[in-house]
Amino acid sequence: MSYHVVVCAGIVPDPLQSLEPVTGPAGPALKNEAMLPAVLDPWAGHALFEAANLVKQQAGSKLWLVSLGPKAKLQQVMMKVAQKVPFEFVAIDGSASGFTDSAAVAEALAGAITAIPGLDQNRLLVFGGWESASRAAGATLQMVGERLGISEQFQGVDSLTVGADDAFEILERIEGGRHQVSVCAGPPAVVGWATGSLREPANNPQLGMTNMRSLMPALQKAAPAAIPSAGTFARVAVPSQRRETRIVKDWTPEAIAKDIAEWIRQ
Amino acid sequence: MSILLLAHVDTDGSLAKPALEALGAAKELAAGLSVPFDVGLVGGTADAAAVQIGSCGAAQVFGVCAPELTEARYGTDAAAAEAVARVSGADIILVPGTSRWMRVVAGVAQRLGGRVDTHVTECAAAGAEVSVTRWYYKQRIEGVLTRQERPLVLAIEPGTRAPWAGAPSAMAVTPVDVVVPAGRTRVVGVRAPASGEATVRPDAELLLVAGAGWTKKQADGAPHVADAERLILAFLAGARASLGGSKSLVDQSGDGQAVLPFMTHVNQVGQTGASPRHRKGLATCCHGEEPHVVGWRFIGERRAVNLNPNCGWAQGKADVLYVADAFEVMAKVNELLG
Repeated sequence: MSYHVVVCAGIVPDPLQSLEPVTGPAGPALKNEAMLPAVLDPWAGHALFEAANLVKQQAGSKLWLVSLGPKAKLQQVMMKVAQKVPFEFVAIDGSASGFTDSAAVAEALAGAITAIPGLDQNRLLVFGGWESASRAAGATLQMVGERLGISEQFQGVDSLTVGADDAFEILERIEGGRHQVSVCAGPPAVVGWATGSLREPANNPQLGMTNMRSLMPALQKAAPAAIPSAGTFARVAVPSQRRETRIVKDWTPEAIAKDIAEWIRQ
Repeated sequence: MSILLLAHVDTDGSLAKPALEALGAAKELAAGLSVPFDVGLVGGTADAAAVQIGSCGAAQVFGVCAPELTEARYGTDAAAAEAVARVSGADIILVPGTSRWMRVVAGVAQRLGGRVDTHVTECAAAGAEVSVTRWYYKQRIEGVLTRQERPLVLAIEPGTRAPWAGAPSAMAVTPVDVVVPAGRTRVVGVRAPASGEATVRPDAELLLVAGAGWTKKQADGAPHVADAERLILAFLAGARASLGGSKSLVDQSGDGQAVLPFMTHVNQVGQTGASPRHRKGLATCCHGEEPHVVGWRFIGERRAVNLNPNCGWAQGKADVLYVADAFEVMAKVNELLG
């Protein structure tokens, strides 16, 4: 059983960077946003690694990575991602801000997916992160699925196991650290990944060179997309989180334990 | 303007706490805008749930009931939610941000030609508008916005407000017909953590955050993972706490290092994990700086046990930092908690 897997993956500021919001004429943004180093969204990364593993196991399958972001940022991020797993790249040139409208992003992504030459929508699996580290809404992928007419959708997925009959078993996160187990009769489907179970692959420079053959042309012909702000923002701010920490030193473990136990019982 | 609260009925026929929290938000928003609100119930049956909220003041209670709707599944839930939304004609649709609604809410907004905001911590009347507060960039930036598009679907983050409380009262349910799509997905069941330990407890008062220090070499030069496992599980039982883990700790299972068998990625808190809401939090053996500390941004009272008084997990983030060996302290705490 072969699949055509399309991974929708955004780019986000490196999580180790300090983020400061600013308000411009087009709405809120991040201070020095163009200068902030970017990375592949962590959950989208899990989706990509799971997709590559699935494609590797299912002969005849193909993998595309569709990403929306400023061209220069996409190039910077993809130089690293290209060394991880093999894929064909589809680029959309537009804002990757977390303050943009998920519906507009979904429209751009769905349009790009539909335009992929040779894509078999009957064998299509649309992968992505169940949320992002930017908008963090868990909305875009569902809307992409709706636009593509896919009504088998799963979110918070940690496992997808293909059976012998084209059906696959899916584990989705639900409350209490549990998973809901479902069986889907086959593609097409939308799968929003949580962390999955795979480690990030090691860098493979040779693979990077191979991927570059599709990367650079894809970046050159990236279609522009106007992605508006999600609405009218009255305020964006980093709330102060600083607390006055009372340092307790030189207490015996017994004294500390007593203090903690009393606090817990309050 | 009109408002609809959409809630799914649990298998026992009742509405759970997140639904009652969202009901409180809908009622408050309707009062602020001086408009009525409706309730839409989705599930196997709706009668008992309607009685449960019979005194909430809803103008109408719609019910979409079918055996297929006892299970959470995108195709059936989206069809049911769309049907109620169209019958009610609501401009603003509130849902509790449960895993069930979070799976479908954006798709439903797309079907209705509307927009969606999720993880909403506050929605309030701002004149004739609806002001929505939510977090961006993984709980690092808070934004307040209004939107013109309708319907606007808002998923209310569980734990951000008090649940509606009122006496049960008779309430008629207006049935809404829906053609439940056959679909290709069959729900098989629910799988508990492999270890058999239910360590994620969203309703717990206390969150214990365990860091990678629990599995590192201790003062005698050797790791004591078995002791760590025993101490943590005993604490969870004694304090009836929920367990969160730092990324470095949950990642160790893939690194071939000594691991705590009950600690998985579903326990992970922080930048690529959850940001749970509990009244109190105790961090043990956690190390690191922002942004990993966002994992306990929504914890009320915070304390930490750490050997390093300057640790970024605690300095400026915790109310109290105990500079001590967590193994020794937690053993004594467990004795006191019985």
